[in-house]
Amino acid sequence: MLVNQFLFLGAILFCIGVYGVLARRNAVLVLMSIELILNSVNINLVAFGAMWHVTDPSNLSGQVFALFVIAIAAAEVGVGLAIVLLIHRNRQSIDVNDVDLMKG
Amino acid sequence: MIPNLLDKVWIVPSLMASSFLIILFFGKRVGTRATAGIGIVAVSLALVFSVCVAGQWINRVNNPPTGEQLAAEAVAASGLTPQSGTNIVGEKLPETVINSGDHSGTDHSGTDHSSTESSTTEHSTAETDSVSGPASMVVSAVSIGENASAMAASEQAAASEGESGGEHSSVPPIVSTTTWFTVAGINFEVGTLLDGLAAMMLITVCIISLLVHIYSTEYLRGDIRYTHYYAFLSLFTASMLFYVLSSNTLQMLVGWELVGVCSFGLIGHWWEEKKNTDAALKAFLTNRVGDIGLILGVTITFFAAGASSFNVLHLNEYALGGNANTALLLVGALCLFGGVTSKSGQFPLHTWLPDAMAGPTPVSALIHAATMVVAGVYLIARLYGVFFAGLGIGSSSLHYVAFIGGFTTIIGGLLAFVQTDLKKVLAYSTISQLGYMVMALGVGAWTAGVFHLFTHAFFKACLFLGAGSVSHACHHTFDMREMGGLRKKMPITHGTFLVATLALAGIFPLAGFWSKDEILAGASAGQENAYTLMLVFGLITAFLTAAYMGRAYWMTFWGEYRGHAHPHESPKVITVPLVILAACAVFLGFTNFPKSFFGIELPGGVTTRFEHYVEPTFAFPPLQHAEFTPWLAVVSTILAAGGLFIAYQYYEKNRGPHGLTQRNKGARAGYTFLENKYYLDVLYTDIIAADTKGPLARAAYWFNMNVLDGVVNSLGTGARKIAGFVYRDIDQLVLDGIVNGSGSVSEKSGQMLRHVQTGRVQQYAAILFAGAVVLAGVFVFVI
Repeated sequence: MLVNQFLFLGAILFCIGVYGVLARRNAVLVLMSIELILNSVNINLVAFGAMWHVTDPSNLSGQVFALFVIAIAAAEVGVGLAIVLLIHRNRQSIDVNDVDLMKG
Repeated sequence: MIPNLLDKVWIVPSLMASSFLIILFFGKRVGTRATAGIGIVAVSLALVFSVCVAGQWINRVNNPPTGEQLAAEAVAASGLTPQSGTNIVGEKLPETVINSGDHSGTDHSGTDHSSTESSTTEHSTAETDSVSGPASMVVSAVSIGENASAMAASEQAAASEGESGGEHSSVPPIVSTTTWFTVAGINFEVGTLLDGLAAMMLITVCIISLLVHIYSTEYLRGDIRYTHYYAFLSLFTASMLFYVLSSNTLQMLVGWELVGVCSFGLIGHWWEEKKNTDAALKAFLTNRVGDIGLILGVTITFFAAGASSFNVLHLNEYALGGNANTALLLVGALCLFGGVTSKSGQFPLHTWLPDAMAGPTPVSALIHAATMVVAGVYLIARLYGVFFAGLGIGSSSLHYVAFIGGFTTIIGGLLAFVQTDLKKVLAYSTISQLGYMVMALGVGAWTAGVFHLFTHAFFKACLFLGAGSVSHACHHTFDMREMGGLRKKMPITHGTFLVATLALAGIFPLAGFWSKDEILAGASAGQENAYTLMLVFGLITAFLTAAYMGRAYWMTFWGEYRGHAHPHESPKVITVPLVILAACAVFLGFTNFPKSFFGIELPGGVTTRFEHYVEPTFAFPPLQHAEFTPWLAVVSTILAAGGLFIAYQYYEKNRGPHGLTQRNKGARAGYTFLENKYYLDVLYTDIIAADTKGPLARAAYWFNMNVLDGVVNSLGTGARKIAGFVYRDIDQLVLDGIVNGSGSVSEKSGQMLRHVQTGRVQQYAAILFAGAVVLAGVFVFVI
């Protein structure tokens, strides 16, 4: 089993996520795209972790790191959805292009 | 038993200073009688103190302290406080033990001075101890210790032989000093120096001051500035005592200026009249001219003597020390003599003294006859080492100081003939007698000069107070043409005036005879050479003095009364001081009997007492003392008697060439010349001052307009131009440019950058990712 297959999957997921973040106008979908990016990273971490596990069974850094990322992502989605909810309440819209109050 | 007062003489001037302050602050409140009382009490206390001090000094000379005692004194003094105490001069000078053997009896005088005239006069065995080489004058405490017993023995031996008159045991003066301030490691001290000379001056000043205080209670009765007058009298006495007790020249300078201020204040006592203020100003300004010399002299001698101390003894020791810079000392002595010239009324700065008679008569007696004007003579006597070495008094036969003294004595005497104002006659007489003293000091007759100072103070004070008494009786005039015939109306004044006149003329046996005769003997003997010219001057003056005093006496007291008042004898307050002073004029001459008088050997216990107690033995040149010279005494007495006789014939009997000045051109010219006081006032005021002040004022104006104003104006214009440049080019252009420029740059850059901030999160994210891609590219491909 080759590690580059996992890396390739991670890269595809990352690219989809980046595209979603940059192109989607729905805030919920932007958040979801962020999740995709984070999960692509997780795949990378787990893949490398498994690879290093063969040579050094005691080393579980990749897996542990992935768990941390999942936990942080959950928290981030919690905060992000709360913001989105409030934006929706105030403006009856969740289009990220409408939220440009910081325009210089 | 009175405690040792010799190192506490500072109390004497302090007494008078406190009297001055009390009168100054409370005089108006306590009234006139109490004011005078304060002054009189203070002077009396000062006099009592001075007499005690003089007594202790005489005791010290009679029982010279041994080396152990000197050392004990020094230790006690240094143990007192670290900075103040009694310094015995001897212990400062451990190097001069070379000739200590001389004091135990080596004969020096015969070999050293065998060519002088004085060596032909008697040289008894006492002389052997008195004169020793220059290096041995300063004797260290060590040498005193070594020779104490020998000296004491020789002293006693001399005394028992009745020849102690010439004996000079080494009695160091008492110097008590405290540090005034310290600059650059030099201790400037203030303190008292007490020796016979200072003690003599203390007594003279105190006695005359006391009598003048008493006399003034009547003379100035009802005066508008009575308190002011007594305050000044006290201040003057304090200053004069301070001056005579000064231990260093700097302090002397202070005292000197203080007495000058008092003189100024008292001459201008009745300042409502312009004549009096002019006289005060003239006195003050003329004295300023001399004071420049004094300050220069003090400075020069200070630096000449190693720039370490102003101490009088130090200066004298340096001057007589053998390796002194004589040229520098000569300049220093001449500069100091400038001060003497003005203060002691020597030619050509004597012109202020007759004008100073504008002050109240008691003041003239105290200040302008008896005490203050002898400050200059005292200065020479005090710094005699400097003058002796600087002018070469010992080896010369003519030098500046002696000549000016002799010249002054004649011109003063001549001027006295043309005065009609009684006080001015006395003023010129004072000038003449001061010249006598300076001349005496100049020819090396130190004791004679100081002795004449002493006797002259009393009979001249008597004459002045007598003149005041006469004027008090005659409607306050001093014009002798309005007097005459007062001898019956004022018998006491007449008697005392006559005694003082005879004393001044030098008639045997009054005080003036002894002192004048000593001066003439000193001039004829000199030190190594006789001062022949000075002797001639002295003899001429002896005649002149008698003649003008005779003129004044006969014009005032004989003949018919020519005035319009009703003269009467003055009250006791005035006559008692006159009687006391007249008694002094009779008896004080006996304090310095010569050793032999017309071949009569006098017992040693009574001869030359004044010389024995007053002449310093430390830091003092080894002087030859001229002996009594019979032919000189006879000649001078004949001259004096002749002067009196001619005056009697001319002014009383109206014989002689009267009206000569109308008939003879030469005589008239001479009279006019004298009447105009040698045109010195004209020279000073109309020629020197007038020719100086016009060009000077013009030069000052030109300098003011062109240089000073030019500088000020160009400074102003320059400042304005610089300010304009700074405002325009630096402030407005550069500084404001920087500030404004930075503002506008940031504004424009902000304007440009605001387009970047769109507020769209996705745009930011795109930039973020683009950056990440670029960074990744860099990491992958470059690194």
